[in-house]
Amino acid sequence: MIKQERMQIIKQQQIAHHIFELTVKGVLANEMAEPGQFVHIRVADSFEPLLRRPISVASIDLEASQFTMIYRAEGRGTQLLAEKRAGDTLDVLGPLGHGFPVEEAVKKAYLIGGGIGVPPLYELAKQLNARGIETVHILGFESKQAVFYEEKFRGLGDTHIATVDGSHGTQGFVTHILNELPADFDTYYSCGPTAMLEAVQWAYPQKKGFLSYEQRMGCGIGACFACVCRTTKSETDYIKVCSDGPVFPAGVVIS
Amino acid sequence: MIDLTVKLPGLNLKNPIMPASGCFGFGKEYAQLYDLSQLGAIMIKATTVEMRLGNPTPRVAETASGMLNAIGLQNPGLEKVAGQELPWLEKYDVPIIANVAGTTTEDYVEVAKAISQAPNVHALEINISCPNVKQGGITFGTDPDVARELTRAVKEVSAVPVYIKLSPNVTNIVSIAKAVEEGGADGITMINTLLGMRMDTKTGRPIIANITGGLSGPAIKPVALRMIYEVSQHTKLPIIGMGGVTNVDDVIDFLSAGASAVAVGTANFVNPFVCPEIIAQLPERLHELGFDSVEQLVGRSHRL
Repeated sequence: MIKQERMQIIKQQQIAHHIFELTVKGVLANEMAEPGQFVHIRVADSFEPLLRRPISVASIDLEASQFTMIYRAEGRGTQLLAEKRAGDTLDVLGPLGHGFPVEEAVKKAYLIGGGIGVPPLYELAKQLNARGIETVHILGFESKQAVFYEEKFRGLGDTHIATVDGSHGTQGFVTHILNELPADFDTYYSCGPTAMLEAVQWAYPQKKGFLSYEQRMGCGIGACFACVCRTTKSETDYIKVCSDGPVFPAGVVIS
Repeated sequence: MIDLTVKLPGLNLKNPIMPASGCFGFGKEYAQLYDLSQLGAIMIKATTVEMRLGNPTPRVAETASGMLNAIGLQNPGLEKVAGQELPWLEKYDVPIIANVAGTTTEDYVEVAKAISQAPNVHALEINISCPNVKQGGITFGTDPDVARELTRAVKEVSAVPVYIKLSPNVTNIVSIAKAVEEGGADGITMINTLLGMRMDTKTGRPIIANITGGLSGPAIKPVALRMIYEVSQHTKLPIIGMGGVTNVDDVIDFLSAGASAVAVGTANFVNPFVCPEIIAQLPERLHELGFDSVEQLVGRSHRL
């Protein structure tokens, strides 16, 4: 069930260039079910900035009633968020949207992430591993400075890193790594820039895949119709990224 | 005991607070969060004859203390709204104000006639002010003669009282208000969004795919108050005020300026519980200010 809560900040730290890791505690954490869901955060009590920020969830600790988010402090809102410290409280609305269906994987899954699309794949990897699914992680970043959670992913399975400038791992995009890897998996999950999702979708037309999309949002709960996408199902059909997604089966969204 | 009730044509409101059209869908999303029966009324999303897919994305952009939107009246069309959305809302003890939009007078008449028959629709809000559709919409709201004739046409077929939603994107809003009064309107709702733009500084391109969008949120509150203050002095029509309302003190301000009830729009996105929170805070705030009822506040700025 969706809740709004002033959650307590347990920890905030910078983990890569412009990338921050933020852990919060509260009863809202107990509502978290699927990896890939997100929360909507009000970064200031004033009207400036006005709208909430959708932030994805990187890991969930139900026992401690905590969850961790990883975000890039890029615009004004996320920069304000980065100034918050342990002990501060934060207005959080969530959990929102539908995440990755972990039960769809049979034996082996590819988890393909780009940039700030990588965080939700970490909780996904944890939950898939807990179900006995082998996970292979293919993660793309801008440069070595922007890489985060590499060791954590390695702890859960085979992990490949690509950087655009070649300063770490393979030079290029995640697709360069995918071209070299055997397609011996049954299900793939992907989160990142739309161009990357498209490329991944084209690479494995025969495989079962789930893609997490991004779109500018107003309300985050499906009421404002800001984040709609057309679908391949019909000319008159549309879906809302915030409440119908952000995760959709491959082949559904026209981006 | 503070009296929050408000009597308006077609509407016996248990309190003066309602979500504004376009910011609340058809209620389903917010019904997950709280009991909609707490609300004074619900202004549902604009309904057109045929379904509309709306504008391309990006449809929203944040601005200083506000937001721009160009959704483009996306809605499932008259048949589905009347057949599915309105019956679903019947389980709540709350009057519905149906927002009617179109591109021709015939469109408005068709939707108004059909949707006003629904048992839980107690009033219509005629949207002659949406800035985000290329044909119709705002063109009906900027010419007094056109606004008067459209009001007349809708009044003729509507089974419930008719409120006309005025646009702030005019030089003289009083002349439009007077025109719809002549046309037989039962009330006015105001204001709709202000036409605006935002650029992407890096590329120089407008952020909203539709190029322009409607500005809403706290940034437009002073404009809304000024217009309500003016219109309430020059017409006898009751006004449902809106435009940047985010808290209980904003409601006090709108009532003082001349509104009889108040709709909350963009603030629902910032705080989805804002409507029930304001309703809960209203009695104490009225008491602090020395008032026993909401009605005592309506237009108090004109009496000072």
